[in-house]
Amino acid sequence: MNKNKDVDSVVVRLAGDSGDGIQLMGSQFAVSTALAGADFSTFPDYPAEIRAPAGTTFGVSAYQINLGRDPITTAGDAPDVLVAFNPAALKVSLPLLYRGALVILNSDGFTARNLAKAGYEKDPREDGTLADFQVVMADITNLTLEAVRDFGLSKSEGGRCKNFYVLGVMLWMFDRSLDTVEAWIERKLAGQPTIRDANIRALRAGHAYGETQELSASIARFRLPPAELPAGTYRSITGAEALALGIAAAGELANRSVMFCSYPITPASPMLHRLTHLRELGVGTFQAEDEIASICAAIGASYGGMIGVTSSSGPGIALKTEAMGLAVSAELPLVIVNWQRGGPSTGLPTKTEQSDLYQAVYGRNADTPLPVLSASTSGECFDMAIEAVRIAVRHMTPVILLADGYLSNAAEPWRLPDIDSYEPILCNVPQGGEGSAQRQAFTRHPETLGRAWITPGMPGLMHRIGGLEKDIATGHISYDPANHQQMTDMRAAKLAAVTHFIPNQAIELGDDTGDLVVVGWGSTYGPIYQAARATGVSFVHLRHLNPLPPNLGALLDRFDRILVPEMNNGQLATLLRDKLRVDPLSYCKVSGQPFLIRELVAKIEAVLGEAS
Amino acid sequence: MRAKLSPKDFATSQEVRWCPGCGDYAILKAVQKALADVGARPESTAFVSGIGCASRFPYYIESYGFHTIHGRAPAIATGLKLANPELDVWVVTGDGDSLSIGGNHLMHALRRNVDLKILLFNNEIYGLTKGQYSPTSRVGTRSPSSPTGSVDSPVSPGQFALGCGAHFFARAIDTDKEGLSHVLEKAHAFRGASLTEIFQNCIVYNEDVFGSFTDRATAADTQLHLRHGEPMLFGENRGRGLRFNTATWSLEVVDATATPEDVLVHDESNPLLARLLIDLHLPVALGVIYRKPAQSFEDAFYANHPSRMQRTRSIRDFLAGPASWTVE
Repeated sequence: MNKNKDVDSVVVRLAGDSGDGIQLMGSQFAVSTALAGADFSTFPDYPAEIRAPAGTTFGVSAYQINLGRDPITTAGDAPDVLVAFNPAALKVSLPLLYRGALVILNSDGFTARNLAKAGYEKDPREDGTLADFQVVMADITNLTLEAVRDFGLSKSEGGRCKNFYVLGVMLWMFDRSLDTVEAWIERKLAGQPTIRDANIRALRAGHAYGETQELSASIARFRLPPAELPAGTYRSITGAEALALGIAAAGELANRSVMFCSYPITPASPMLHRLTHLRELGVGTFQAEDEIASICAAIGASYGGMIGVTSSSGPGIALKTEAMGLAVSAELPLVIVNWQRGGPSTGLPTKTEQSDLYQAVYGRNADTPLPVLSASTSGECFDMAIEAVRIAVRHMTPVILLADGYLSNAAEPWRLPDIDSYEPILCNVPQGGEGSAQRQAFTRHPETLGRAWITPGMPGLMHRIGGLEKDIATGHISYDPANHQQMTDMRAAKLAAVTHFIPNQAIELGDDTGDLVVVGWGSTYGPIYQAARATGVSFVHLRHLNPLPPNLGALLDRFDRILVPEMNNGQLATLLRDKLRVDPLSYCKVSGQPFLIRELVAKIEAVLGEAS
Repeated sequence: MRAKLSPKDFATSQEVRWCPGCGDYAILKAVQKALADVGARPESTAFVSGIGCASRFPYYIESYGFHTIHGRAPAIATGLKLANPELDVWVVTGDGDSLSIGGNHLMHALRRNVDLKILLFNNEIYGLTKGQYSPTSRVGTRSPSSPTGSVDSPVSPGQFALGCGAHFFARAIDTDKEGLSHVLEKAHAFRGASLTEIFQNCIVYNEDVFGSFTDRATAADTQLHLRHGEPMLFGENRGRGLRFNTATWSLEVVDATATPEDVLVHDESNPLLARLLIDLHLPVALGVIYRKPAQSFEDAFYANHPSRMQRTRSIRDFLAGPASWTVE
């Protein structure tokens, strides 16, 4: 007997060892979900170790996905369905679950040894730990081995197909077609026919298991209505993919080649990997010897007339700092992407945080202002990449774009943009003019203060640039005190000039006046959106952090109180105090995990309950 | 046909600001002359430098110039070459800039074989910061930061370069017009990373540190000017030569008039010989010590790039990714 359950959204969490193929299974499930028309948001949560010791709690790799009809903006507070491959995965995930959640356990994984490794003194399946949950046990490893028996694989090879077996069960449970996953397996494993066929067999066997075995009697299949997304063509996208596409699109809009120079670091590397697939768009990727060399090579490429881009995470950005100063001084365009992660120092490489805002806005020697932007969602990384390039070449300045580890890996549906609707990116090509080439090179546009982008190879315009202070008019080295003051003022004025080219701040949700406004930035967009919707307070989310949007001060003045939730110790709150002389309340979470909606709702309700 | 340029055409209006008597003046003149001699075009030439006395060089050359930050010139020059491989890019650096703070970038520019003409002005001292010992200073160098003498062993630029997999290493003395011109022309003609070590006299902080072989009066006996394919002769009337001692695996001086058949012929493509020549002292080996052409990094980069950095498709073709769906 099939029981079907109609729901608006479901949160599913897959958890196992790092080597169990959890991330692959999760991302394939997300794509199948997307193709069935659901809105979704994912949260891959994995350890820093590549193959952490099997069976341990710190080696658990998890993939959480929230799917359904409503605007889905987070991966969900609490899973409705958990698939745990071993006791450690159960132990780590159990505290997150709703009471009554469906827990699917791989019985083969619950050996005495694995129970001990997870720190269970008694078997949680037998001691009442799971009393509040609906538990289904299946010998997944053995079922998988049975399914692929004909292929003559070793026990470990056969066992590795179990993620596709479970994926088959999941696709049955959510009434999804196997076609997309099968096509993916066909493509990815084309060179290994036996492994390919075994995985397809495991996938189908898992699906059949759901249909024919006791599962169908004991658990419900979820029926999700299609999401009410605006019309258009959609794909599933992660922040790393969207930012890579955005950088390439910016090159096309500017009609310049792009040179992406980077050094491997978690969680920034996926962007480098993605860009290697976009080379026919006039994109080059250069893996430098270190973080400093990567920004320097990007500066060299910009000097040579390409759009130079570099990327890293906090520790690597710290190393690039001196070179950012050079790009400010030499007035060269450059984009620096920071995929923020938990810190200080090496910190939590695979966990998310937004604690590099001070570093981006204030973290350089001397008075070295530069524009800072941030992306709120995976899909928005595309537009913010274009915006970063646009500002960089318009004002001839380095621009920092803040993203984070969550956005790098999290997937969501993304409506394909119409590239023809974007304004072209105009570069400051030399206009000719009076005086020496040196003077022409440092003639600045009166509104943007961007100088002419003169590049080696252009006849008759030879000039010298560098990190020494220059005369504001002639561009020659100058140690003149009054000139240094003028140049310092000019650099500040250039940042201020950006204000005239960025959009006014809009209100995301709620009234434009009232008691409380919640102000966010970056990847906290998702949970703040849901919490603001649930509580009815107003919500403002910033994309331009330096300079701030021109109307922001007036906008915030229309509210009695401002609440700033951030995954750091209060950095945006400080920035707003500094720039706008407002006094926000801070709500900080620095655990390496995104905000839960219920945490924010509770905080908002508590603030609303206090007299203003 | 474009008019041939003279050395003066490569001079800028900027007042040169090195100390009177600094070896850099002679190098500047030699480089300006070499640029004219090889037919360089100012618009397609760029000088990139780091920080230090030597690194002021770009301000005095009428070409494109970028005075960057300490030690990073090879990295910035690499990016510039990737953006425009047709440029003639020179890197000007000192011993502190290239072998201390920038050692890593020099290493990788050399092993990648980026087409850069790297001029290393070695004066075995930090000049612009007022005389501290440098990574090439000899043990016992007394300086403001080592009043009782430095204790760390110096790095040999030549051995460093060969260890990194460099394809070109040459040496010259700042005031030796002929020798310097020769290596500059050879370096310019090499498509790949060339490292040219120029013994540069810092008249203020390390005067005559190379006096044992730069003194003109004794130069014939203390300098060995190498030419590929020619016997390694030096001394009065080129009467002495170098022989390879097969028992000790070392070079030794012989009377070239007595046993001319023993005198080695210079083979710039022999890395073992290059290592022996680099360590040779009195005579000191000058000229092109090692040269082994190979594909340059940017040539390999472009050859490996599916569209040679051109935009041959539109972003439209890439937006949909592997799977997309339509919402009506």
